[in-house]
Amino acid sequence: MALSPMRKVILHAVLILGVAVVATPFFWMISTSLKTFVESIQVPPTLWPETPNWENYAEVFRNMNFGVYYKNTIIVTVAKTLGQLVLCSMAAYAFARLNFPLKNFLFLLVLSVLMVPSQVVLIPKFALMRVFGWINTYWAIIVPGVFSAFGTFLLRQFFLTIPRELEEAAKIDGCSIFRIFWNIFVPLSGPALVSLSIFTILASWNDFLWPLVVTTTDDMRLLSIGIASFQGEYRTNYPLLMAASVMATLPILLVFVVLQRYFIEGITLSGIKA
Amino acid sequence: MKEALAGYLYIAPLVLGLSLFYILPALASLYISLTDWNGFTSMNWIGLDNYVNLFSDDRFVRSLRNTSVYTIIVVPIAISIATVLAVMLNQRIRGVTVYRVIYFLPVVTMPVAVAMIWKWLYHSEYGLINQALGVLGLPTPMWLLDQRFTLVSIALVGIWSVFGNYTVILLAGLQSISSTYYEAAELDGAGTIQKFFCVTLPLLTPSLFFVLVISLINTLQVFDLVFMMARDSNMIEASRTLVYSVWENAFQFTKMGYASAQAWILFILIMVITIIQMIGQKKWVHYQ
Repeated sequence: MALSPMRKVILHAVLILGVAVVATPFFWMISTSLKTFVESIQVPPTLWPETPNWENYAEVFRNMNFGVYYKNTIIVTVAKTLGQLVLCSMAAYAFARLNFPLKNFLFLLVLSVLMVPSQVVLIPKFALMRVFGWINTYWAIIVPGVFSAFGTFLLRQFFLTIPRELEEAAKIDGCSIFRIFWNIFVPLSGPALVSLSIFTILASWNDFLWPLVVTTTDDMRLLSIGIASFQGEYRTNYPLLMAASVMATLPILLVFVVLQRYFIEGITLSGIKA
Repeated sequence: MKEALAGYLYIAPLVLGLSLFYILPALASLYISLTDWNGFTSMNWIGLDNYVNLFSDDRFVRSLRNTSVYTIIVVPIAISIATVLAVMLNQRIRGVTVYRVIYFLPVVTMPVAVAMIWKWLYHSEYGLINQALGVLGLPTPMWLLDQRFTLVSIALVGIWSVFGNYTVILLAGLQSISSTYYEAAELDGAGTIQKFFCVTLPLLTPSLFFVLVISLINTLQVFDLVFMMARDSNMIEASRTLVYSVWENAFQFTKMGYASAQAWILFILIMVITIIQMIGQKKWVHYQ
């Protein structure tokens, strides 16, 4: 399908318009984050600050427990991701390749969790956290988060595509079930494991409702809650708010830009297979 | 024998964890919804009272309406934009990867950041949007602070933050359409518009179906944006959604039994809509 030059121009024009719609808010976020408060409320607004006010970024750490929020978010995200990778890959391997009674029933049980929206389990889960004494601790956020029906489903679908001959050869060589799992399936699942990690990191980093419910003290807050609560007290200091937002989103954006192929493959993998 | 044992061992942590933190709570929540539990003192069985009372509760009915309005705005527009962009990106032009990455950025950006940026853009006096409208001599509504527009304003942000996700999925769907269909159409003398409506769209329906189902499920559950954009400015009355109302009833008013019933109504709503989609797909989805 060769395109006429005219067609190409129109296509690019519309696509670039789309880019403008997406990029303008980001540009404005960065631009505002470098303005002084006074400059940010100037009418008409300046496109880019006269002199970039990098002080705002340091100011954020002084005005709220930003460092603590960051630390909490990183700890929780890393723990959840590692936990999911281990638990979901083990379960996925068993569902894909091992035989045991009630296997199909148990797998359906796992899938049924996907049907239930999170708000339904919200209140009892919260009550459970209270019973365990996990409110305002990392456990409340990490522990429920390492059990993922989605992750198990994704990895199981992937494991099913690994050729049986590899396993059979290994069995003939006398490999134990664990060796087959660890030395064959795991190394071959690189892309799927990376995709799952990306999903988990993203979901954990951006999580809001659950952390809102289980953390009430400031030093246990995550970035998402911390920044949202900041606006209550300093409602008009947008440069600070923007600086905080930039610092909160930058890591994920960078990870995304670098690993975007895996992101997109992961989405289409789970999408098409589902 | 050893295999069966290994099987159980390997799935044990996951299945036990899911049961404890998801399956049991789901069942418990059904029970709680039939009580008047306030989260602290005893639970008294009140049967379906919560469910009945909800429908005469003004707040709940309005949250149902708001959620519906929000969904009706976001879903069709986001999917339409995504379809158009996906079709364009599927043409043989350069820079597809770059465009794809840029359109996807809002999807991976923290909802807090998205909410803050847009609150600033929507600011009645100093926001970029009203500044630009003012320069062009157009009316400058108060957006988030105007009850008539709060929900729509948030819905626009909702569209902005998801269309990239659907674009990627639809693009993948487009790329799986074999070119022989297009060649056959061209041989029959089909022009661009005809090719789109007679080849592309029908063969894209499986992906469109998938996108429609997940977007409905996700959009009906909107919470973060509403919390962050309407709560501190007291605009919640104009934009309270179902999930917000569940959170509010459970953790602000400690009416946990009541909130559980609400959550189950949401669940049933989502299930019904999804089932309708599943049945309806026979009418319009073409599988190859």
